Amino acid sequence: MSVRPVRPPRWLAEVWRRPGGAFGVTVVGFVLLSAVVSLFWTPQPLLATDTSAGWLGPSATHLLGTDQIGRDVFSWLLAGSRTTVVVVVAATALTALIGFPLGALSALLPARLSEPLVVLIDILVAFPVLLVAMLLSAPFGGSLGVVVVAVGFGAGVNVARVTRPEILRVSQSDYMLAARASGVGTVSGLLQHVAPNVGPVAIVQLSQAAGTAILAEAGLTFLGYGAPSSTPSWGRSLSDAQSFIGVAPASVVWPGLAIALTVLALNLLGDAVREALDPRLRRAGVATGPETVTVSSGIAAPDGADGRVDSDAVRGDIPPAARPLAVTGSGTARGQGADHVA
Amino acid sequence: MSLEVTDLVITLGGRAVVDGVSFTVEPGKRLGLIGESGSGKSLTCLAVLGLLPAGAQVSGSIRWAGRELMGAGDRALAAIRGKEIGIVFQEPTTALDPIRTIGNQIGESLRIHYGLSGRETRDRVIRMVDRVQLPEPEHIIRRYPHQLSGGQRQRVAIAMALITGPRLVIADEPTTALDVTVQAGILEVFDDLVTSSGASLIFITHDIALLSQMSGAGVVLAGGRVVESGPVEQIIHAPAHPITAQLAAAARATGWRVPAGVA
Repeated sequence: MSVRPVRPPRWLAEVWRRPGGAFGVTVVGFVLLSAVVSLFWTPQPLLATDTSAGWLGPSATHLLGTDQIGRDVFSWLLAGSRTTVVVVVAATALTALIGFPLGALSALLPARLSEPLVVLIDILVAFPVLLVAMLLSAPFGGSLGVVVVAVGFGAGVNVARVTRPEILRVSQSDYMLAARASGVGTVSGLLQHVAPNVGPVAIVQLSQAAGTAILAEAGLTFLGYGAPSSTPSWGRSLSDAQSFIGVAPASVVWPGLAIALTVLALNLLGDAVREALDPRLRRAGVATGPETVTVSSGIAAPDGADGRVDSDAVRGDIPPAARPLAVTGSGTARGQGADHVA
Repeated sequence: MSLEVTDLVITLGGRAVVDGVSFTVEPGKRLGLIGESGSGKSLTCLAVLGLLPAGAQVSGSIRWAGRELMGAGDRALAAIRGKEIGIVFQEPTTALDPIRTIGNQIGESLRIHYGLSGRETRDRVIRMVDRVQLPEPEHIIRRYPHQLSGGQRQRVAIAMALITGPRLVIADEPTTALDVTVQAGILEVFDDLVTSSGASLIFITHDIALLSQMSGAGVVLAGGRVVESGPVEQIIHAPAHPITAQLAAAARATGWRVPAGVA
């Protein structure tokens, strides 16, 4: 492990350089911060209710207004992030714990053991997370633990299914053969070549699992299988607010927005981390160049009259000055033109 | 240290792809393994290192420096790979790990076999990079494979194989994937390095023109069997087997002339 190929400060800077990465880091950082802060302080006490002050609009005391029994919406939103953080961390950890060993085993075990495992994974993938959660909550009652187990299990088998071909691809690659020819042993080959090459794909999978966890928590709590009513949670807030959507349509916006933004941030962050870890993608975002311009000028070049290309013929007589523009217009016209110019 | 391969049989999917191949490489000597693609020459060399694909069955005897490698454990073989026997593969585009730096990969076998410190490894890697004539060694060791041309990558692969000073070097068509102008330069560097190290060499090729630049013994494979063997000069000038004659004809068709010096 002493020879990590990953350069610690560099990839973080690379993540930040990408718009998706910067957005992801900001939102995720903000959610984490609110979760920690809300443990010690919320603008209004969470349990303070005042039925006479229901559905207040935004004000200095109630930043986002109040709900039907006068609870401060902003405070509950802050506190709800705690549930989100706990569920995301636990469910993602469980996903990794189930997914990676299962994926590695199904890729690396001898065929007579791995093939039944692959079939088993394919069968397990068919069970929707929601169904698993409902099955679990029948005997155990609705709780965040049920959500975590259901998501961890559902996303875990999916991760296993996706990482298996990746592990196979790398372990059968030419560079793995070359590494083995240099004397790299089986275990260090897995740690130093297979894991870093599969890692980026795994990170994207985990970030998606994290997003799924938030949605599942919100959805399951909404349906009554998740957090108990005393636990602040965005899904709970959404569920409470939806009965009053006719009275106060804005009330569903805040928890909904929090959920949507966080899920989006996690997915974008996962993509950005993957790109930052892969040296081949480092400059990819910037490198797409102005090829269109060069090609079209090449076509326009043949001296005036003969530089007639297909699109000209179709459109009839286009003054020469307008020709380059007409040609650049569509990719196909350009391609055909190039063949006919000669 | 000599390599003796006796009666090597490799079976893949129920078919014998290498069927009773025998040859010997004496210390410091060279052997050309010649044959069309699919004749079993690459598999023969992978078998020497115990790197055959899963599912391949192999029998016969492979003796390296008096030790029997056939049936040796992976740990014992790993101790030989990259230390006593180095190999350069055909495909430079895929033979390097895309997410590790050039320097890291060239130094890998040094770290594994000699446990050198980072500083020592770096120094020796830079010296090696310089010897395979890659530009700006200090700079290039921090680059990634995709930032190098095919020819440069093959120089990296040669550096990887030779940095530990192996006693036997296997070159599996090291220049086939490169264009002709690049081939000559790389071959020259490779030839110099192997000659100066005094290592034995197994040179795999289907190209008689290339073979004629490498003197020594030659073995012609066809369909997994040895169809002809002898000094390279003899194989080139008096091919005994139609396959050899065909390969020579193919080389002539691309402008190669039988070298005049040998007769």
